[in-house]
Amino acid sequence: MSPAPVVSHSLADGRWKPLEILFWLLPVAAFFLAPGYLVLVSQIMIVGLFAMSLDLILGYAGIVSLGHAAFFGLGAYTAGLLAVHGWGEPISGLFVAAAVAALAGYLVSFLIVRGQDLTRLMVTLGIGLMLFEAANKAAFITGGVDGLSGMMVGKLLGVFEFDLAGQTAFIYSYVVLFLLFVVLRRLVNSPFGLSLKGIREGGRRMPAIGADVSKRLTAIFTVGAAVAGVAGALLAQTTQFVGLDSLGFARSAELLIILVLGGTGRLYGALVGAIVFMLAQDYIAGLNPAYWQFWIGLLLIVIVLFARGGILGGLERLAGPLLKKNRNGGKP
Amino acid sequence: MGNLIGVLFDGVAYGSLLFLISVGLSVTMGLMNFVNLAHGAFAMLGGFVCVTLLSRLGWPFLMTLPLAFLASAAAGFVLERTLYRRLYKASHLDQVLFSIGLTFMSVAGATYLFGPSQQPVQLPDWLRGQVNIAGLDVGSYRLFLIGVVVAVTLALGWLIERTRFGAQIRASVDNQQAAAGLGINVSRVFSLTFALGSGLAGLGGGLGIDLLGLDPTFPIKYMVYFLLVVAVGGAGTIRGPLLAAIVLGIFDVAGKYYVPEVGAFVIYGLMVILLLLFPNGLIGRRS
Repeated sequence: MSPAPVVSHSLADGRWKPLEILFWLLPVAAFFLAPGYLVLVSQIMIVGLFAMSLDLILGYAGIVSLGHAAFFGLGAYTAGLLAVHGWGEPISGLFVAAAVAALAGYLVSFLIVRGQDLTRLMVTLGIGLMLFEAANKAAFITGGVDGLSGMMVGKLLGVFEFDLAGQTAFIYSYVVLFLLFVVLRRLVNSPFGLSLKGIREGGRRMPAIGADVSKRLTAIFTVGAAVAGVAGALLAQTTQFVGLDSLGFARSAELLIILVLGGTGRLYGALVGAIVFMLAQDYIAGLNPAYWQFWIGLLLIVIVLFARGGILGGLERLAGPLLKKNRNGGKP
Repeated sequence: MGNLIGVLFDGVAYGSLLFLISVGLSVTMGLMNFVNLAHGAFAMLGGFVCVTLLSRLGWPFLMTLPLAFLASAAAGFVLERTLYRRLYKASHLDQVLFSIGLTFMSVAGATYLFGPSQQPVQLPDWLRGQVNIAGLDVGSYRLFLIGVVVAVTLALGWLIERTRFGAQIRASVDNQQAAAGLGINVSRVFSLTFALGSGLAGLGGGLGIDLLGLDPTFPIKYMVYFLLVVAVGGAGTIRGPLLAAIVLGIFDVAGKYYVPEVGAFVIYGLMVILLLLFPNGLIGRRS
């Protein structure tokens, strides 16, 4: 995040750029051109959604969270338990999962706004671990280490069944991701989103211009938790399984890695990070899982020391001079 | 009643071990304002040095401990000089990411070298079994552990309160710029302090194999405990983490003994509550 990037202080105009439209056509192309990889691409989209939810609170509001998987897991278990106990309708399941995660996020946010960096880090970590421990011990509800199985997910919209090839799951994930992206894009480009950036850049000065910092942090944390819950529920419904690892520390850490890999504070960073990370994981972890952790660790250190801003930040730096030239050239 | 005292004793032993490992982290956070999640990796290094010397080379247990200290201190010194110091001015997020990366690499490296299983440790005979003190049976290893930690703490207190180097540390904690202006080589103080803290963690890792176990996931498994001691105790002091470590040790052991079905819940719950009540630690540093 530091050194402080050049932040434009005006609201973005919110128009969709050609590159963005192209980006969102990619999964559509993947659907027709690579039918063998539908499951992987669905997973990437779900992880991307999850990373986007972290980007809201970390990239925009600047809250370092080490326990964001708590909300992901809550959503996953909520959707999973609903489906196990006979409420298999997927879309309402998503809403319930979002509501549960949002409620949890709302409650946790009061602990978050109290502390500073270190306290926040510890509190989010502690809450993540507590939930993990709770799900582990409450095996009679959650299945404990064996995971929650026996989910009966109903047909999507009452028509489309979740098939083995993953076509329905793919389209379902894509539509949910895209709709939420449109909403979040609007949110971060709004005056509210701009005030979050203000809090990130200088939290002490924001009250001076009349912005209620605590209230805004509470709001964005709740939204972030709800989106994470939706991502968790999506994963549960499309894989019809919820494992204990969906709550674990490793998932929170991995998510942080994905986000910084792509670049924080720009929504697309989360998506790009998810694509690169998941593809690399699919390739390298197939060779040897222990090596995978080593390379991930090395990658993190390299990013922090040499490539702050991640992939998109780097690209922006590369493209920056070019764009500026164009803009100057375009103006008479 | 004897039960309660036994639990208290075990808790104090556990807590003093936690203190030994975490005190370096407290100094790092207080002095350099660095959130170092990789601290457990130094403890693990000490543990593996101990195990290797014990089982492969057949050294006596007591001889391995100084080497555990030295190996971790050397590793800490080198890493501080090459990598850590680049990030003192960086944001906490960068520090967290960097140290998570280091932790992951140490876990993978240890798995590669030693395999994923628990490492056995063969204690000498005089440290096994129980001794009877005032009509109470206590584990002799735990007693030994407490003794070592008391000795180390006293030495540390003497170092910081009575020596020239200690004065330099205190000056650097209080005000880096003024300390540098008085001719103190602050960056050298940082390096040595970091090495000292890493060394103590290594010593703790070696001493703790019997209590905490040792496998490649050690740095992640106990990361929370070390951070907890520092966050609850307050960074930059010795007394704060000591108090916090003892409290956490007793609660953890008591929780596992009296309400095993709740498990680690006790400790995490306690942590969140303590952090909310004392956001700056139990014993805040005088400003």
